Amino acid sequence: MASTYDIDIGGESAALEARDVSVYYGEKQAVKNVDLVIPPNRVVALIGPSGCGKSTLLRCFNRMNDLVPGARVEGEVSFHGQNLYAPVVDPVEVRRRIGMVFQKPNPFPKSIYDNTAFGPRVNGFKGDLGELVEKSLRQAALWEEVHDRLGDSAYALSGGQQQRLCIARTLAVKPEIVLMDEPASALDPIATQKIEELILELKRDYTIVIVTHNMQQAARISDYTAFLYMGELVEYGPTEAIFTTPREERTEAYVTGRFG
Amino acid sequence: MPPQLAAEPDRPDSAALSFKRHRSLKEQIIGVVLFVCAAASVLVTVGIVAVLLRETLGFFAEVSLVEFLTNTQWTPLYVEKNFGIMPLAVGSFLVAAGAAVIAVPVGLLTAIFLSEYAGGRLRGILKPLLEILAGIPTVVYGYFALTFITPLLRSVFPETDVFNAASASIVVGIMIIPTVASLSEDALRAVPHALREGAYGLGATKYEVSTRVVVPAALSGVIASFILGISRAVGETMAVTIAAGALPNLTLNPLESIETMTAYIVQASLGDTPHGTIEYQTLYAVGMTLFLITLVMNVLSQWVLSRFREEYQ
Amino acid sequence: MSPPRVPLGAGGRGRDRRRRVAGVMFAVACTAATMVGVVALAVLLGDVIADGSHRLTGDFIGSFASRFPERAGVKAALLGSIWILGLTAVIAFPVSVAAAIYLEEYAPSNRLTKLIQLNIANLAGVPSIVYGILGLTVFVRALSLQRSILSGALTLSILILPVIIMASQEAIRAVPHSLREAAYGLGATRWQVVSLQVLPMAMPGILTGTILALSRAVGETAPLIMVGAVGFLAFTPTGGVMDQFTVMPLQIYNWISRPQEEFHELAAAGILVLLILLLTMNATAIILRTRFRRHH
Repeated sequence: MASTYDIDIGGESAALEARDVSVYYGEKQAVKNVDLVIPPNRVVALIGPSGCGKSTLLRCFNRMNDLVPGARVEGEVSFHGQNLYAPVVDPVEVRRRIGMVFQKPNPFPKSIYDNTAFGPRVNGFKGDLGELVEKSLRQAALWEEVHDRLGDSAYALSGGQQQRLCIARTLAVKPEIVLMDEPASALDPIATQKIEELILELKRDYTIVIVTHNMQQAARISDYTAFLYMGELVEYGPTEAIFTTPREERTEAYVTGRFG
Repeated sequence: MPPQLAAEPDRPDSAALSFKRHRSLKEQIIGVVLFVCAAASVLVTVGIVAVLLRETLGFFAEVSLVEFLTNTQWTPLYVEKNFGIMPLAVGSFLVAAGAAVIAVPVGLLTAIFLSEYAGGRLRGILKPLLEILAGIPTVVYGYFALTFITPLLRSVFPETDVFNAASASIVVGIMIIPTVASLSEDALRAVPHALREGAYGLGATKYEVSTRVVVPAALSGVIASFILGISRAVGETMAVTIAAGALPNLTLNPLESIETMTAYIVQASLGDTPHGTIEYQTLYAVGMTLFLITLVMNVLSQWVLSRFREEYQ
Repeated sequence: MSPPRVPLGAGGRGRDRRRRVAGVMFAVACTAATMVGVVALAVLLGDVIADGSHRLTGDFIGSFASRFPERAGVKAALLGSIWILGLTAVIAFPVSVAAAIYLEEYAPSNRLTKLIQLNIANLAGVPSIVYGILGLTVFVRALSLQRSILSGALTLSILILPVIIMASQEAIRAVPHSLREAAYGLGATRWQVVSLQVLPMAMPGILTGTILALSRAVGETAPLIMVGAVGFLAFTPTGGVMDQFTVMPLQIYNWISRPQEEFHELAAAGILVLLILLLTMNATAIILRTRFRRHH
């Protein structure tokens, strides 16, 4: 199983590697024996029809499945060679290093400043918080729009702005990897475009894994694409190859719109 | 040694994940403290049962269960001692039954009014009023019963005793109207609107929809509210102590003076019964009886709710 | 053969008319039933005000109880009520909120947790006098706290524990899960998520529930009678938790128990003081509830 789906990442060591990962919710198996290598400083898209397990797989990468009662993860997820699920590993630390942006913007009921500062504060940041907040908001392409009203409530922002705030908030803890679970699906087309442009910029400094049900989006912004179906990894490769010359029949059926 | 990342001034120096920090000790302590607080509730129940059981067993070492249940007289403080719970239990139930006669229909109809007839603004006024009614302390109801209801009753039925069960029933009934009404209303409002619309669409009147569709669809919640209301009525203390009387009397005539289980417990504790005597133990025996009766009713209401919970498909 | 044409709105047929009459009668019945509660409230308040308002003077609040009706007042009882209210709040609030946090945020969904939940729901339905028996046996006798304010406060705390726990759980449950997810996702620990996100958002609901529970405690008489609040107290509690004490409802009960008319009037006046105290507390709770609802 493993070798067919390895991609050639040209000698760099993987940022994240999933080996024979399965996820069970009680009796039901949501993810089946997935092997996946995430190269650094690239955008990897996970696509597939609803319920195929892509979000579940994504949540393995920062141990968010720990929070679901009855969820069980088998296999190994390595971060720079270290197994994330080893007993000595602190999930809290994992989540600082591997950040997550959720589908529906979920800013805290606090000010823009406090939202961005929350992550650093709980992680014991000792430096100049204001500078960190500004930097994060700039990286999320939001600074220009909010710099004069950092004390305003986050709920005063539009949906697209709120999502960029959530991205800024995630960046403020300086992760290496940013996981995104359908980040633009709740946004209008213009806001979506802004998020996509942002992702293309962010990949210079971060590794990004994005789950999306929007194939055109995957084609636009990702370097590698993984197609999942019913919990299995069907095909994984460079995005252009997946969309123009897929090797598997099921992949071709999905990307040409015959189902999903 | 895990590979270092390319020079990024903001990233932490080591790429290795740290071991669980010492702060998880703080987290664990917090978890334990919180658990202890939650477990304290179990401790309370254990305490209640243990306390009641201990003295009750002592009581039943001297008095047979048969006498307790069948003797029609309760005279533990007299020279000739009788330990039949019936006068007290019947007294409690007489008051509770009378209260139910008032609270069940009034409460249910109020609930239907609030749920099916009243608009938002009217509900906004009525619901707080009901909450106020529920929040009035029971001594106040006792006062009301003694100084207002009883004279009123006596003017209509001159043979009424100064202390009587009816007066207590009436105020306890008023007291539990909010309980029945608000629990029933919750149940009625939980019925999906689609069910009502289906009935209206068939040309039914509001009366028919309310009584033939909505109430049956919410029946388990409505019945549970009745049971809980009666349970509260049985457990009621001060209003009956003030209004109903302090002399055990086995009767079904609401115009007579009676004593309820709760009133007896108050009376026994106000007296100077020495600790450790059989008279003192009666307090616990009656308390245990009261506890068991209300427990059974509360469990019954929860059973009704879960067993007959309607599936709105 | 086609059915007879009856124009809409004719309503002449007997069955329809009967249905309409039944409908109107039912509506009247429901309205009347609702009015029963409202009218009862009005009559009760009117009765109390009529009986006792002329006794509601400054002297009344400032004097102690006395054998002589014209000199009697609620000073000791009022202070006792406030004292025990404060002490109960200090004891009950932390424990209850901690229990609610545990049940909502920390507890695994297993049999033990379900048992605890069920147990709390049952405790909420236990008659208050049973708590009095518990208090008498455990606090007054076994722990030798005697007939003190502390015994009374502990008993009342146990009484309102389930009420506050259930209200707090509801408030905590109302906090959207997405907020917790976001905080966890940023690397916050469970306690950080709870103390920095969940609790602040749930606090208005928790406080409202607590105040309502406390106002119930203020009106309780039976448990305190059992725990030894005295009926006749001629001095104020000096601040020691081991003092003897009396509370408003008990003073009222004491006065009602006397046969003389004047004492009944005093009871009515005492009731008015008690109701004003409760009104203040409930108004605070409602203001809290509405004020914080606007923030979100």
